[in-house]
Amino acid sequence: MSAPVTQMKAPTRLEYLVHAGATTTTFLHSILKGQLVGRRCPVCHKVYIPPRGACPTCAVLCTDEVPVSNSGTVTTFSIVRIPFEGQRLTPPYACAHIVLDGADVPLLHIVGGCSVDEVRVGMRVEAVWLEIPQPTLATVTWFKPNGEPDRAVNDRGEVVP
Amino acid sequence: MSLPTDDLVSPFTLEYTYKRSTGPVIGRFLAGLRDGQLLGVRTLTGDVLVPPTEYEPTTGDAVTDEFVEVGPEGTVSTWTWISNPGPKDPVSVPFAWAMVHLDGASTPMLHVVLSPEASLKTGARVRAKFAETRVGHIRDLAGFEVVT
Repeated sequence: MSAPVTQMKAPTRLEYLVHAGATTTTFLHSILKGQLVGRRCPVCHKVYIPPRGACPTCAVLCTDEVPVSNSGTVTTFSIVRIPFEGQRLTPPYACAHIVLDGADVPLLHIVGGCSVDEVRVGMRVEAVWLEIPQPTLATVTWFKPNGEPDRAVNDRGEVVP
Repeated sequence: MSLPTDDLVSPFTLEYTYKRSTGPVIGRFLAGLRDGQLLGVRTLTGDVLVPPTEYEPTTGDAVTDEFVEVGPEGTVSTWTWISNPGPKDPVSVPFAWAMVHLDGASTPMLHVVLSPEASLKTGARVRAKFAETRVGHIRDLAGFEVVT
């Protein structure tokens, strides 16, 4: 008998049509205008970005739209060194939690435009936008170092004011 | 509450590119398909399971290590016609899913019959058609064709 078979390809593929919903639709329209717009909870006053339709802590609707800054602070990060199928970037690259100025929760995105060895907690970064915006958060290619001095980040991942 | 009509909508594909371990018995069956052979496995009671499994389903006993070549012809025991194949179906033209009882096998096997609907009937005789390029996968068996 010829060579044995020990493995077979068995991919699972699910094709969805995703409806963004009212809150995310507003957020993506703001990206088309080159702006990052979050929403504020009327009870705890936290600014969420990406925006949420309701505050998960206070269980009330978030209706106030709040533009946030293009700059923020890295509060935690992970270096991706492992290649996998469907990967958009070439490893190594850094995935990071970035708390934008004016926001209270971190945004998960990429830190680029520098060596992964330079990425650190407290690093100041700013959004790099595509020239032609698309209705997706990927219109921000990544966040690059903006040259400002590092900020302190506490154990809870909050930027110390 | 009314449904929003101006929300953004986007296609999204979630895909896991799994590979599965075949185990020794299915692995042997797939190697057979790659080599243009249909193989079953002999159970302790003398039956021939096609496709082969590691355990005999009615008793739970491990099967023997005797592999038996079956087919390449067999008999359709039941079938259903697919007049509008979907994107995940194995062929893009109308076809039948059929239980094919291969000659020498004790169990029927689910696969594709590629012949016209008018030629299909319960009891129809069919013959295996292998794919030209074979890699050790169930689709190495392209399907069955009705023998006239």
